[in-house]
Amino acid sequence: MTAKYALRFASLGYLALLLVAPLGFIFWRTFEHGVGPVWAAVTTPDALHALKVTLVLTAIAVPANTIFGVLCALAIVRHRYPGSGIVNAVVDLPLALSPVVVGLALLLLYGRGGWLGGHGIVFALPGMVLATIFVSLPFVVREVVPVLREIGTEQEQAAATLGASALQTFRRVTWPAIRWATAYGVVLTTARALGEFGAVSVVSGRLAGQTESLTLYVQDRYQSFDTTGAYAAAVVLALLAMATLLLMTRLRPKEGIQ
Amino acid sequence: MISARGIVKRFGDLIALDDVSVDVPTGSLTALLGPSGSGKSTLLRVIAGLEQPDAGEVSLDGEDVTRRPPQSRGVGFVFQHYAAFKHLTVWDNVAFGLTIRRRPRREIEQRVSELLDLVQLTGLAKRYPAQLSGGQRQRMGLARALAVDPTVLLLDEPFGALDARVRKELRLWLRRLHDETHTTTVIVTHDQEEAMEVADRVVVMNGGRVEQTAPPRELYDHPANEFVMSFVGPVNRLGDTFIRPHDVELLLEPNGSTQETMVQRLVHLGFEVRVELVRDDGETLSAQLTREQVEALELQSGQIVYVRPTRQTVFSD
Repeated sequence: MTAKYALRFASLGYLALLLVAPLGFIFWRTFEHGVGPVWAAVTTPDALHALKVTLVLTAIAVPANTIFGVLCALAIVRHRYPGSGIVNAVVDLPLALSPVVVGLALLLLYGRGGWLGGHGIVFALPGMVLATIFVSLPFVVREVVPVLREIGTEQEQAAATLGASALQTFRRVTWPAIRWATAYGVVLTTARALGEFGAVSVVSGRLAGQTESLTLYVQDRYQSFDTTGAYAAAVVLALLAMATLLLMTRLRPKEGIQ
Repeated sequence: MISARGIVKRFGDLIALDDVSVDVPTGSLTALLGPSGSGKSTLLRVIAGLEQPDAGEVSLDGEDVTRRPPQSRGVGFVFQHYAAFKHLTVWDNVAFGLTIRRRPRREIEQRVSELLDLVQLTGLAKRYPAQLSGGQRQRMGLARALAVDPTVLLLDEPFGALDARVRKELRLWLRRLHDETHTTTVIVTHDQEEAMEVADRVVVMNGGRVEQTAPPRELYDHPANEFVMSFVGPVNRLGDTFIRPHDVELLLEPNGSTQETMVQRLVHLGFEVRVELVRDDGETLSAQLTREQVEALELQSGQIVYVRPTRQTVFSD
């Protein structure tokens, strides 16, 4: 009995101290003087532009990585070819690599004097999109691969003997089996894309009102001693992330029917 | 008629099928029988188009289908582990092939309810595969394969994952089904009793080759070689001679042609009794007797009896 309570206390205490307390503190400090100043802070032109940039980055990176992620998972699991092991390992690279390194690499490749440089990629939105896609790439692949392995190939073969084309088999047999894994991957990808700081910071050039995403804006405000602006933008980011998670848990119970 | 000619299939260094030729007559129920690793499942998958052979050709009703994908071969395939579509109900599983073919809804409804009736799953149409027993899932698998009116029905160890009682039931049921529909059927099994009970013709395979093709009775009475002899039923081996346990006669007194043995153990299996015997040179053999015979001889373990084969087989090589 004591052990049970000790375990609960330890795990909940850990969560409270490390996750809930800092987040709660942000909310508390933000709304210390009421909603008025917060609203004013998040509706300045620069703040709105930063929000827009973040949403655009996410809106491009998430669909791209979802489609690529599912295709890549199929390629890794369903087709044995020389080098498929390397593909499997390379997919994890963004998880292992520090985002700053990613940013620098993009800068070297696309920046002035780089191999593919000089086309308005670096210090502009295209570079930030590339950086966001890079860092949020592994999540859908990593969620879908184990599920594909687990369901095996028999159902797909059965569909083939029943006359289903490759596309029909994917749509009617494979996709229903992996859609929840994909959805979970999408949530993780979204969270990563919203919160990306390091890589985007390097390639963006950080021009306020132009190439500043919401995370960059938070730091910018904080360093300018505009704590209200920094906290308000941070709260917007936190709310976006929480909305994504909430959407996920709202969708998930439907899975239970099967 | 299914005709496979000179099929070779390798998996890396392993030769799964080594120049195999098999004919399956139209309307027959043929069993591919062999131990695991004999290549029987691979041959079935080559016929279905799920594996591409490295050499040889497959023809269905005289048409060469070797390079055709499984989608256009008109085969029904039943998998050992059911391969049920987990996210679809029983009804939708069975309707799958017809839905793919965009048949009118009326026709699909009629055909699916007919098939569910045939496999006795009518009441369970709205269930998901996870809510069915193994036997029910496999009957669903059969209905799903039959829905598209396949020219041949291929079953890959269909009852292998089921318990002994259900397996016997489904075996009989499959035979009755075949007698009604006469669909050309190939069943893969490692169970000789299953092959003998259900099939008109048995193809015995071993090590990627065909050992013998014959009706069950001929296979049992005239096995082509040692492998077939010992695979299709229990056998005693004395030197070069093979004797079935039911061909061993026991006598209480010696006569010129008998050998002396001692009864080691009596195993009662209901109507029949297996008598385990040991010769004075240490060789063991078993005899299969009825209970009446054992009672008439008043057999007991430790007793000396004299054995005589009523029928024996010697293979020339």
